[in-house]
Formats: sequence, C-alpha cells, structure tokens
Amino acid sequence: EDSLSAHNMGIDLPPLPYAYDALEPKISKQTLTVHHDKHHAKYVTVAKGMIDGTDLAAKECKEILLEAHKAGNAGLFNNAAQAWNHEFYWNCMKPGGGGKPTGDLLAQIEKDFGSFEEFTKQFDTAGQTAFGSGWAWLSWDGSKLVVDKTIGAGNPMTDGKTPVLTMDVWEHAYYLDYQNLRPDYIKAFLDSLVNWDFVAAELAKVKK
Amino acid sequence: MVRAHLYMAVSLAVASSCAAFSSPTLAGLHVASHRGGAAHSLCMAAQKPALSRREAIQAASFLAGAAFFAPRESVAADGAFSLPKLPYAYDALEPHIDKMTMELHHDKHFNAYLTNLNKALEGKDAKSLLDIQKTAIKDGAMLRNNGGGFYNHGLFFNTLGPASESGAPSPALAKAIESSFGSMDKMKEEFNAAAAKRFGSGWAWLGVAPDGKLVITSTPNQDNPLMEGCDGAKMVPFLGLDVWEHAYYLKYQNRRPEYIAGFWNVVNWGKVSEYYETFAAKGVPVNWA
Repeated sequence: EDSLSAHNMGIDLPPLPYAYDALEPKISKQTLTVHHDKHHAKYVTVAKGMIDGTDLAAKECKEILLEAHKAGNAGLFNNAAQAWNHEFYWNCMKPGGGGKPTGDLLAQIEKDFGSFEEFTKQFDTAGQTAFGSGWAWLSWDGSKLVVDKTIGAGNPMTDGKTPVLTMDVWEHAYYLDYQNLRPDYIKAFLDSLVNWDFVAAELAKVKK
Repeated sequence: MVRAHLYMAVSLAVASSCAAFSSPTLAGLHVASHRGGAAHSLCMAAQKPALSRREAIQAASFLAGAAFFAPRESVAADGAFSLPKLPYAYDALEPHIDKMTMELHHDKHFNAYLTNLNKALEGKDAKSLLDIQKTAIKDGAMLRNNGGGFYNHGLFFNTLGPASESGAPSPALAKAIESSFGSMDKMKEEFNAAAAKRFGSGWAWLGVAPDGKLVITSTPNQDNPLMEGCDGAKMVPFLGLDVWEHAYYLKYQNRRPEYIAGFWNVVNWGKVSEYYETFAAKGVPVNWA
C-alpha cells in the first residue's frame, strides 16, 4: 500500500453501512464478512494497483470504470466496476428493509411498470436469469425506470443509464445461505432487505 | 433404429481397439445417458473380460434389429437424457471436495441442467449429446447453457475419484504432457493459472489441439471448446475443472486457488488417460455417457 500514489483516492473500500450480522438471518454474518472483506476488498486492491501511477489514479471510481470500458481494458473494468457495484449493493440493503416503497419512488415505479408487482416480477426474473455471475438492476434511462441484468462486472452506466438499485447474483452473494436456491435469496432481498430510502434518494438525485 | 445400429457398429469398433483399462464394475457403471446410450454402455462393457447376462441380451436385441430392447434404468422411452449416478460416494472426495458440495453439485446443479436440456429438446429430433455441443452457441441460450452444463458436469464427475485411487497418467498421456508442457508441474501451473484467472463463472480445460499437442484453455459459463464459435483455444477437452463458485464456495469461499490445488488430489488419472487415449488423442470428442 505504501507504494501507491498519494493521489489514489478514486477507489477505496468503505466499511459496510451496518454491522456484519445486521442482515441476519436473510444474509448471514459469514457471508457479509467474506463478501465485503475478501471479494469486495480484492476488487479494490487490484483496481488500485492497476491505476497506480496513471492519470486515472486521481479519478472517481465511476469515471475509471467508464474509461476502462471505453478503452476495452477488461481487467481494469472488471475490478473497478466490481468495486463500484459492491459499494452500491451494500447501500441498497438495510436491516428491516424490503417491502414496498412510498411517495415519488412508488409513483415512478407504478408509472413505468404499470404496478409495483410488475416491477418485482421483472426484477426477480432478471436476477434469476442472469446466467452464471451477474447483477440485476433498476436504473433511470433518462426518462423512465428500467430493469436490466448484467453479466460479470457489467453495469448499466456503460449504456448511459443511472442505477438506483442493484442486487448481486454472483453465487458468492448467496451460496453459503441459500446454496443453489437463488430464487429464495431474491425473494429475501425483495421482501426483507431492499433499502428503499436509498433507492428513492438516488432517483431524486438523477431526476433533479 | 438404423442410426442406433450404425452407432452400435462404431462403438464396437472403438471397443475392440480400446486398451484394457480398469473399468468400473457393473454396479458402478452409471446409466448410459444419451440417445444410443445402450450402444455406448456396451462399449464400456466390451472393455471388460465378459458381458453380463443383461448386457448380452441388450447386445443380442440390437443386433437382431429388435424394436424393443431391455429397458435401462431411468431412461425415458422417448430417449430423453438421464442423470448418471456419481461413480463414487458423495463423501469420497473429502477433504478436497466436501460431501455437501458433491450432493448439491450433482443432485441440484447437474440435475437442473439435465431437466432444462430435456425441456429444450422436447418435440425436436433426437440429437446426440456431442452433436448438441457442436452447434450449441448458434442454437441459443437454452441449448448452450443446459446442453453445455449437462456435458461439462458429466465429464467432470467422471474424471474425479477418491484421492487413494488418483493414480497417475498412462505412459501415453504422461509422454504427451511432458512433450507439450515440459513437465507435469508446468502443465498444472498453466492449468491453475487459467482456472484462477477465469473471471466469474466458467471452466478450465486440458485438451488436444488439432495438431495433436496438449493445450489449456478456459471458457465462460457452461461453454466448452467443442462448441463452434467458442472463446479460447480450439481443442478436444478431456479434463475440465468447474470454477463456478458453486463448485467450491461452501468449503473454500473466495479461496479459489486452494480449491484448484485440492482438485489435483482427486483427479482420476486412469479415467483421464482413458478419455485421452480413446477419444481426444484421436481428435474425437469425449463421449463420457
């Protein structure tokens, strides 16, 4: 770490927004510990190493992943995007979360999907059908909310969209707790974990 | 029926040129799991000193052109693929691969690929598992993901075994490894790197390139090098390592390199050598069923 440039502020490992056991029993303490301290941490370390000494070192994580994507630099993209994705994901969950949003966010979802139930159906399907390792997303595309799935480190920002909600469906996100039962993990995420306050704030930011 | 006879003839021809490998006992012989499977299980049986009575009846029926043959366990009348049993107990690969992982991996993940593959084939003309691999990428996600998933896992589980029975490569395979990589250690080093570097889900493969040399490659998700249009080196794989997280997460979590190292303890070199000599070295895809 000492060898890294002093300007390297773009990518770092923030602590979880809650205790490691805060999402029990839906996501175990062991899962959060390994997921944050090992997987997320490694993406950060590798990405930082890759940008050290380059002009990307002073940039924000989002800019780094977009530049890497543009340059076709798969290694840097994978690690920088995964660093971004995971930080976003932690914020998309909270203890006692889940259920239905309210206010402007609910109104926007109902406007763009017809109903909240239709949104959850599409989001659930995206999560279930992201084959292999991937993510499900709710994003603002400039005029409406849309659901996407991405593979690997994929992020809708490379399509010009602004994510407001994500769910990690790499097996490491759920295998210790749900094994092959990804649908059960997705249900737990939607019913009990989604931090709709954070999602609402992200949407308000982008609609401003 | 004509196709089955042709397949039968080919299988027996192959069997007669097979080296006398130690083959599984009849009890351990898992159900042939592809269309024309009876012919292949006869191929396997033909490598043994004598056919069992049951196998002899099957052989006689085929050769007699009988429309009916003795039904094999768990093969549907319509020829759908079926799930082969593991050639060993679920805990046989401990401590390198844990029992619970083997149970989930075989009974849930492998089985799901099978179920979805059969669903994808409903109402379509019968196709061999190897033919399915060839055009899998062109044929779309259902056949690519599930046809690949079913093939890859069947090959994988067959090439593993208890550490005490791991053995060593046959002289022919050992020679090929040495001439292609310099040494077994160098081959493992390259294989381990390919397995560790595969980002997200996928497989690492050891196989035979068109020029006969051994090469290593990796593929994403459930793709394999038999698929036309596949990423990576063109080759006939005869040993693969699953690096989807479900293959190792319960025991190793993020420590994929430890899993990769542990894998070598439970490679069944007798089986791998058989696959190399019988199939891959001849440029023929491994028919593990």
